[in-house]
Amino acid sequence: MKSFLIISSAIVLTGLGACSPQLVRVKPYERSTLARPVMAESLDPLQKAMTEHAYFSREASFGGGGVGGGGCGCN
Amino acid sequence: MKTIIAAIALVCSAASVTAAESAKVGQTIPKLSQLIPDASVPNTAGKVVLVDFWASWCGPCKASFPALNRLHDKYASKGLVIIGVGVDDEAAKYKAFAGKMGAKFPLVHDSAHKAAGFFNPPSMPSSYITDRKGVIRHVHTGFRGAKTEAEYVAEIEALLAAG
Repeated sequence: MKSFLIISSAIVLTGLGACSPQLVRVKPYERSTLARPVMAESLDPLQKAMTEHAYFSREASFGGGGVGGGGCGCN
Repeated sequence: MKTIIAAIALVCSAASVTAAESAKVGQTIPKLSQLIPDASVPNTAGKVVLVDFWASWCGPCKASFPALNRLHDKYASKGLVIIGVGVDDEAAKYKAFAGKMGAKFPLVHDSAHKAAGFFNPPSMPSSYITDRKGVIRHVHTGFRGAKTEAEYVAEIEALLAAG
């Protein structure tokens, strides 16, 4: 059973490894489409800033937009 | 036996995900005219060459052009050749950007990304400075204003003085 698991995992690993070159890898010089303004996370920086401000004000005790803690010592 | 099989599998998978390497210091570059046959590439034999990869969509590339123009003005007569390699997909964008930048040094369009494929620049812009024998001596990734320009000056002067 143990040897079956090891051989199976070896086959799966090799298979995944063989697949990886087929994945799309965008090189730095191929990023023209990604660099377009329409591809930005937010098209309106002001709206994003206001939304984040409101979210932080509401959720500050829970950590706001961060992952640390709100300083309440509860996390 | 099991350990051997697992090790082989790991090695195979690790080898297959290794990314293509960038051109490195100590490597001799081929003639750009071979990589971009339809471009008019200046003669670089016996010259110190700065190959700069840029694109119209890259902000730091735009910022680097005035510095490269200053380098060209100062060192072209002493044996420096700067070649700006544009990697835009669209020829129209390449031409519009090249026209707007007013480059005093030659620009070539690597539309098929053959030169970019050889150098494999890790970021945009990236530049490679070769000595008079065509061996890469310095690699710059990104452009950080006066700091990068000062590095260019020091490196180019040293290579020109080396003869």
